[in-house]
Amino acid sequence: MSNENFDPIIVGFFCNWCSYRAADLAGSARIKYPPNVRIIRVMCSGRVDPTFVLKALADGADGVMIAGCHPGECHYIDQNYKAMRRYEMLKHTLTAMGVEPERVRLVWASAAEGQQLAEAIGELVADVRRLGPLHWPQNWDENGQRQKALDDIVKEHEEAMEVSA
Amino acid sequence: MSDKPKGKLAFYWAASCGGCDISLLAIDEKILDVAEAFDIVLWPCATDGKVRDVEKMADGEIDVCLFNGGIRTSEQEYMAQLLRRKSKVLVAFGSCACEGCIPGLANMNTRQEVFDTVYKEGSATMPENPQDVRPQPATKMPEGTLHLPIFYDTLKTLDQTVEVDYYLPGCPPEADNIWNAIVAILESKLPPKGSVIGLNTTVCEECPRTRGEKKIKKFYRTWEIIPDEETCLLEQGLLCCGIATRAGCGALCPEVNSPCIGCHGANDGVADFGARLMSALASVIDSDDPDEIRRIIEEGIPDPVGNFYRFSLAASQLRRKKKSQNA
Repeated sequence: MSNENFDPIIVGFFCNWCSYRAADLAGSARIKYPPNVRIIRVMCSGRVDPTFVLKALADGADGVMIAGCHPGECHYIDQNYKAMRRYEMLKHTLTAMGVEPERVRLVWASAAEGQQLAEAIGELVADVRRLGPLHWPQNWDENGQRQKALDDIVKEHEEAMEVSA
Repeated sequence: MSDKPKGKLAFYWAASCGGCDISLLAIDEKILDVAEAFDIVLWPCATDGKVRDVEKMADGEIDVCLFNGGIRTSEQEYMAQLLRRKSKVLVAFGSCACEGCIPGLANMNTRQEVFDTVYKEGSATMPENPQDVRPQPATKMPEGTLHLPIFYDTLKTLDQTVEVDYYLPGCPPEADNIWNAIVAILESKLPPKGSVIGLNTTVCEECPRTRGEKKIKKFYRTWEIIPDEETCLLEQGLLCCGIATRAGCGALCPEVNSPCIGCHGANDGVADFGARLMSALASVIDSDDPDEIRRIIEEGIPDPVGNFYRFSLAASQLRRKKKSQNA
């Protein structure tokens, strides 16, 4: 398959109190996971505004992982439940926008679960690789027609000016 | 005001409904003050200015250009570039120029799909089209070649096209705010470049309803319930956009028992209108069970883009629906 050489860019928003430490643990325990994920440490999965995820995708990420403490274990009492609700809301909207919901994933990983987190990253990278690149900014270009059309208008107007002068 | 030399004003429209042109007249007799202070050099809706005359002007010769409408065609983009060059101050006037507005919702489709709807499936303007005639950018005739502007796949906002100095929000802008902006321009008391002219707070601030703790088990659509007139509409399960929307309208819709639809655009600090709504609405769902949460969302919000991005899809982070690979 042509996607085999494709290296997805994954942005990860990891909770300071659990998943970020799980990633640390995976590192110190020499557990391997794909290097595709760019981890951003946040204080809580509840801090992850849907805007962050949308901006990551709009700026060229192929997938996003939000990782937080298991339900009931949040450092800030219940903010990871908020993350869970926002994630469902966001997935619902992304689906309507034509983004495969598999590209954005919410994962629970405690500070002791380096192995589980590494596996979850591996799964996300494999799934996104199978889906192929997202290349969101390419959605905005007009297939090269735009500049020519603009040049044509300028030319046409200039020619018309010459006649009247 | 009258002792000043007359300035030059342009009022242009691109992809918009024309409501913004009408809204300028809502300042009533003050329009005469505008006419006293400015020569109107271009206003296609009301005066006889020509594009050619604008092209002949020196750069920066127009003092103020109020530009309404989004950028959907190459001709509109050309006019945006032209008016940007010829104007000292360019104001994105109204929701379409600021954030795409309703025409921007066509970003859920491609040009092909839009044309299919209009020219193939039958529409009010073209009920029958057996030969499947489509607009062509160039048509050869015996007298020469005729050109039509290119219709873009994606509607852009004005500031995605050219640099914009000020934004006047609203669909359409409120007369008071239009007048405030004109006074600020005339008295050279404009806020820093790039500002939105208007209030910096949300519709909730202007809304007289009582707010308590919000916990929702079900979202209702407006036709499903008759809401109580005192309590916050969002608390009653109606999808009210007041929490993310810039104030300035006086909470007109909640005042008449109807939820805010967000026509005044995003308040300061809201980078993505829909994301702010998603975030806020998700927080009020009263459930910790993923399956139940999913059910509440899917049943209550069947059209998330239409609800969250009704006025702001073109200005959102993603700007449009993903185009299919083969389109």
